[in-house]
Amino acid sequence: MRTREQLIFEQSHPGRGATDQWPHDSGPDSIADLPAKLRRARRPLLPEVGELEAVRHFTRLSQLNFSIDTHFYPLGSCTMKYNPRACNEYAMLPEFLARHPLGPESHGQGLLACLYELQEMLKEVTGMQAVALSPMAGAHGEFAGVAMIRAYHRSRADLARNEIIVPEAAHGTNPATATMCGCVVREIAVNAEGDVDLEALKAAVGANTAGIMLTNPSTLGVFERRIEEVARIVHAAGGLLYYDGANLNAILGKVRPGDMGFDVIHMNLHKTFSTPHGGGGPGAGAVGVSARLQPFLPIPLVGKEEGAKVTAFAPESQGPQAAFDKGEGERYRWLAEKDLPQSIGRLSGFMGNAGVLLRAYIYMRMLGREGMRQVGEYATLNANYLLRRLTEQGFDAAYPSRRASHEFIITLKRQAREFNVTAMDFAKRLLDHGFHAPTTYFPLLVPECLLIEPTETEGKDVLDAFAAAMAQIQEEAEQEPERLRSAPHTMPVRRLDDVRAAKQLDLTWKPTAQS
Amino acid sequence: MAFIPHTAADVAAMLAAIGVASIEELFDEIPAALRVKSLAGIPESMNEMEIGRLMKERARADGRPLCFIGAGAYEHHIPAAVWAITTRGEFYSAYTPYQAEASQGTLQLIYEYQTMIASLTGMEVANASLYDGASAVAEASLMAVRVNRRSKSQRILVPATMHPHYRKVAVATASNQGLRFEELPYCTDEGCTPAGALARYDGEDITALVIQQPNFFGRLEDVDALTDWAHARGILVIAVVNPTSLALLKPPGEWGNKGADIAVGEGQPLGVPLSGGGPYFGFMTTRMEFVRQMPGRIAGRTLDLNGREGFTLTLQAREQHIRRARATSNICTNQGLLMTAATIYMSLMGPQGLERTAAVSHARTGELIAGLTRLKGVRAAFKGPCFHEAVVSLDRPVAPLLQALANRDILGGLDLWEYYPELGPALLVCATETKTAADIDRYIAALGECLHSVRHAPHGRPARLAQPRR
Repeated sequence: MRTREQLIFEQSHPGRGATDQWPHDSGPDSIADLPAKLRRARRPLLPEVGELEAVRHFTRLSQLNFSIDTHFYPLGSCTMKYNPRACNEYAMLPEFLARHPLGPESHGQGLLACLYELQEMLKEVTGMQAVALSPMAGAHGEFAGVAMIRAYHRSRADLARNEIIVPEAAHGTNPATATMCGCVVREIAVNAEGDVDLEALKAAVGANTAGIMLTNPSTLGVFERRIEEVARIVHAAGGLLYYDGANLNAILGKVRPGDMGFDVIHMNLHKTFSTPHGGGGPGAGAVGVSARLQPFLPIPLVGKEEGAKVTAFAPESQGPQAAFDKGEGERYRWLAEKDLPQSIGRLSGFMGNAGVLLRAYIYMRMLGREGMRQVGEYATLNANYLLRRLTEQGFDAAYPSRRASHEFIITLKRQAREFNVTAMDFAKRLLDHGFHAPTTYFPLLVPECLLIEPTETEGKDVLDAFAAAMAQIQEEAEQEPERLRSAPHTMPVRRLDDVRAAKQLDLTWKPTAQS
Repeated sequence: MAFIPHTAADVAAMLAAIGVASIEELFDEIPAALRVKSLAGIPESMNEMEIGRLMKERARADGRPLCFIGAGAYEHHIPAAVWAITTRGEFYSAYTPYQAEASQGTLQLIYEYQTMIASLTGMEVANASLYDGASAVAEASLMAVRVNRRSKSQRILVPATMHPHYRKVAVATASNQGLRFEELPYCTDEGCTPAGALARYDGEDITALVIQQPNFFGRLEDVDALTDWAHARGILVIAVVNPTSLALLKPPGEWGNKGADIAVGEGQPLGVPLSGGGPYFGFMTTRMEFVRQMPGRIAGRTLDLNGREGFTLTLQAREQHIRRARATSNICTNQGLLMTAATIYMSLMGPQGLERTAAVSHARTGELIAGLTRLKGVRAAFKGPCFHEAVVSLDRPVAPLLQALANRDILGGLDLWEYYPELGPALLVCATETKTAADIDRYIAALGECLHSVRHAPHGRPARLAQPRR
């Protein structure tokens, strides 16, 4: 890997610029009408570099990253699968890129058709009654979901329901979302086999229960076996079930959240449907609902209109092809407040992350029915295979009696005790072997854990190489533990001082600080 | 298929290692009744050639009209290098940079971005992006409640001249936590928020005042007076700004005597294509003293084991994965790739290029307005300065005219009837540096012809516009 790269500000020369990119000067008269007191006095601190310098700088920066395109990236809970290039290529056709969000529907039938069909396909794979696409990330979808749960209870004048139950191993976004929606969080325990503790659940539900947020398979990498009973308990208490789609890849094409009894779900299109993670987004957090939550969906969504008849949600009786056939006189249009007067409202300035939605659409069309099924199957095959390879080498599964889902947890508790090394040390040493580290220290429930998710797009040889690296690191932990504790050794930087970063905040470059 | 590389021999070897006979057996913990029977609603798969053909067909259906709509999303020139680099796999297919040693490229880029956007807005610190401009206003309002501890009311004043969608998003997002957004009226002659609109709030407990500059109409608000009014009463100021405009206009950090407290906005004009509404990114900057109340990710510079500089995510104790129910926000994934594009864009444009983009865009809109208002039945709606966007009033309903223009592949602007019926027939138009004199002439000539051919609608407006919502 490259070592490091100067800051772009340190490469700046006053008066230099990528001048071929600038429009021709319009002269001082063109801004003479802007009042002096509203004008800027000093130029902003933007770099002054030529085009090649900028291209070289950012290309070099890119080379300091690990990515799916360059490295195996088994980050648990993140579904770092291959992002097909075709999805990018065809979502970036010039007509799509140039489309103004407030442009007329007459000039957007192509985009709207894709989004409508995406809604339909997502309904089918999740078993939900209706889907809206505008939330822009998983947590944003969670917000939409919990807001819909609240709106549902309010619409029934059931005003006391403000508690959201989450298992203690849940993603941090679950409790944070509940707070964002003005709810109170109630955490419940998980039993030794990784299932929700039903007694704890029964004790927790009541007249204040708005709902429960669950991932299934759970964040512990195992399937919640008694999900139907969980659903019965929560529904009987008057609450609703929220499905966090973070782990949908595990069951894609095999089990549908709607069939498990969930009332509302969000899908991380940037996980299961392979849109890129982009170094921290953009994502897309489409939401799906059962019939009773349909009126509360966030706007806008896409409907198909034929004369006065609007289909937001193709009835099942029409059969699978109906959704895809646009008949004569039919057109697609946005559905907004007038169509859904009880909607929780608008969550994005325009139409969510439309370009991400296009990528997910292309991915789903390429996979098709059979591909959809294979995703869940091969993701599960890879996880179980890698788990087996690791346990053969003496690593401890956190839930040894259980099948892995699309991911699994190993605990390095024993290695920590025997060799005085941590899960973090293993993670950092993996970087030296050319593998991105798995998720560490999540869920917090399992001490010294690594959460490993290989995804379906990795082949057996990659998994074997990863297992071999883990074995080698374990050996090193016995013989030369300091090598681990001081890892990584081959990356652009050594381990970073996070405490210093937080105490001596250096968040922007300042010219005066430089010599 | 499905981008799965396994051969039959691989699968057999893997199943043997696991000790099961089939992949199906791996799902044996799932109750049989729950298994999917059919996925009849999913069509058969398409290969890359087939999907390419379909998508090109769909794209053709959308066409390439000449666009004079702005209203919060602006068509600017994007250097070819921006997306060529942004879509490099090392940026495109990386995760959030939690594993700092393997993510120095993204982390350094965030640090450079934070420097640029903080300077552009005249503030001290920035986060690594939020979803979009609208959601950034919602987050800024929630942050203002945390910062302004003296205020107990959670009342946020929002001018009617702020983007109507931003107001809706703020309400949909933040009202769940009890925030109340109160709309400030505007002067229909000037298209601005008059100081007099604030007088009735004197002596009341208000948490924050939001000011959009330029406002939704493109008009420039008296930001100094509004900011000083708020600060004199212990009210926080949230600035909502267009980043292109800041190459020319006073940055929020210099508004009034003390400067705005939080600045947010839509980052799309900085190298992000219109793409039907997203993905865009929201930016947020603030004072150092408020940094611990800011939502979202932040990169910081620190030292490694060898005492050499490096970058890492910092102040993570604010965030959901640490603080859970007590986090500053539930935001996790943000809009990293768009922030990446914007950083490359700002580096290519530099201070001079951005200034020129702003000036030329402003000049083009000036030419457009001058030409449009020469037409009979069209006049400027407001007096006073604008920035690169303006409202014209028409003597007849706008919708049929826009439809007639669209039939000629011209998107003539945004009809304001649905949002501001009190203005009568009014059209918000914008021309950026991407529009040539010939483009502008074409629009003016076409509107002139449409004004001739499209009569005043005999039955008033189409039914769908008869009940304006406010």
